[in-house]
Amino acid sequence: MDKNIAVQVDDLTVAYNYKPVLWDIDLEIPEGVLMAIVGPNGAGKSTLIKSILGILNPIAGSVSIYGKPYDEQRKLVAYVPQKGSVDWDFPTTALDVVMMGTYGSLGWIKRPRQKEKKAALEALEKVGMLSFKNRQISQLSGGQQQRIFLARALVQNASIYFMDEPFQGVDATTEIAIINILKELRKAGKTVIVVHHDLQTVPEYFDWVTFLNVKKIATGPVKDIFNDDNLTKTYGINYKVSIQE
Amino acid sequence: MDLQEYFSLVFTDYTLRTITLGTAILGAVCGMLGSFAVLRKQSLLGDAISHAALPGIAIAFLLTGAKESNTLLIGALISGLIGTFWIRGIITKTHLKSDTALGLILSLFFGFGMLLLTFIQKQPNANQAGLDKYLFGQAATLVESDVWFMAIITGICLLVLLLFWKEFKLLLFDADYTKTLGFNTKFIDILITSFIVLAIVLGLQTVGVVLMSAMLLAPAAAARQWTNSLGVMVVLASIFGAFSGVFGTAISASQNNLSTGPVIVIVAGVFVLISFVFSPSRGLLFRQIRFIKNRRDLELHKTLAFMYNIVENHDNISHPHAIKILNNFQGYTKSTLQKLVDRNYVTIEGNMWSLTETGFNTASNLYNQQNLNNE
Repeated sequence: MDKNIAVQVDDLTVAYNYKPVLWDIDLEIPEGVLMAIVGPNGAGKSTLIKSILGILNPIAGSVSIYGKPYDEQRKLVAYVPQKGSVDWDFPTTALDVVMMGTYGSLGWIKRPRQKEKKAALEALEKVGMLSFKNRQISQLSGGQQQRIFLARALVQNASIYFMDEPFQGVDATTEIAIINILKELRKAGKTVIVVHHDLQTVPEYFDWVTFLNVKKIATGPVKDIFNDDNLTKTYGINYKVSIQE
Repeated sequence: MDLQEYFSLVFTDYTLRTITLGTAILGAVCGMLGSFAVLRKQSLLGDAISHAALPGIAIAFLLTGAKESNTLLIGALISGLIGTFWIRGIITKTHLKSDTALGLILSLFFGFGMLLLTFIQKQPNANQAGLDKYLFGQAATLVESDVWFMAIITGICLLVLLLFWKEFKLLLFDADYTKTLGFNTKFIDILITSFIVLAIVLGLQTVGVVLMSAMLLAPAAAARQWTNSLGVMVVLASIFGAFSGVFGTAISASQNNLSTGPVIVIVAGVFVLISFVFSPSRGLLFRQIRFIKNRRDLELHKTLAFMYNIVENHDNISHPHAIKILNNFQGYTKSTLQKLVDRNYVTIEGNMWSLTETGFNTASNLYNQQNLNNE
């Protein structure tokens, strides 16, 4: 089983002020996996994807996407930020937010046209939000807002998706809807990397996992490495999780 | 001169026309850019920038000895920009938060500016008087060339806004995401901020250092109440700004000795007040009305639902029941029953009630809706 490496991280170190948040991370993410990044609060999970995406500047280390620097491969990558990172009272509609996913391929100054609108509508349909397209975004529920963010990333039609806690504060229905979309993405050969909090659902949702707590603890297939030993190493307490067969 | 006289003179009198046009253009450009400042939660940046411009005016005067507005405003522009970049620097390079940085730069620059102004006033130079007009502004000093200059800057600003509309909107909504799409967020940010600085400097002569930020924020805050579209908000803010300028000038010109800047700002404040109260979707008044109406509807619906529960157990939905049973239900009053009758949900015969078909269907839909909402 020789897979392409979608994302490669070498010696990545990130620090806020003097305190290291990520320490010397080496990570290889093979193409086509649905991977969870797990770890306690403050483990640097969000920081890791933000550094890979160039939102934060690491003090050392490098990142490559399919063997090339991120700057050259931007169009292969889509990002779903944490829902709480934006002001949902911003004066705009659901459709408009999803359209923003097309801005990257449009580049500077060029306006979105019919083709971009069509793509955005399709993405809205995929996440089951088509009937809300003209809704002011503050009038959407938390789960609906999360779906809008997902649709915005889908519009980018990328190969690699980074998602920061897409299941945070969403109801069970939305969670199932989202995970189905993620599984579809994997089926289509895309690589999906998700910052995840709920350890119970890791074996059910994901096939690949990375344990992170400032340092990388372990990374690999869920069935091989998702065990009490790694959980204890990551969370620092004697962690027992019952994995259902 | 009263207001009527003003409006009859405004098209013929050169001075009045100049001042009115100037304040209108200023209001429009400030409203336009103020929308961005408000949505970026940088409302106080405008205040800091305008105060930071004061020492620039004083230094420009000390260096050149000139009193014409263009020279002094270039000084204001430079020190305004320096203040802005210091604020940015403090926020990014130190642990201090943005409100601290803004407050620090605002008071430091303003203090230094006041110091220079008093120093200038003590100098044996006949040319010194009138610099303090930049504190509260004096629209009467506007001349035609000033207005042309304002119009040109506004035109450029509008052009840039249309050109980079997509990028501005993206940055305002989600800066991190903008970065991942490959846009240079620093460039967009500097572009917006520079235009805000420019608009502030344009307004110093008319509205003054102290009140300039209100010019930026008030029309935008008012406009936000009326719309959920960024485009409409920017246009509305410009219109509110322009009208504040015109009405402010009209009032101050018709009442002797009222300085224009403060009057314009108060007019803009009235726009804000009206918008806060009367906006249909976000205004206090309609929100209160909706709240009361919802509460009444809810009471009705609760009673109807209670009735539905009783009726559900019978084959015939119109099977009559004693009104007495309703007394067991907390929300029940005679008036709610009457309202249900008025809406043709319930019929009453003697001391018995029965649900109509409409009532039954409404009640069952009520349940479905609640279930949907709970999902």
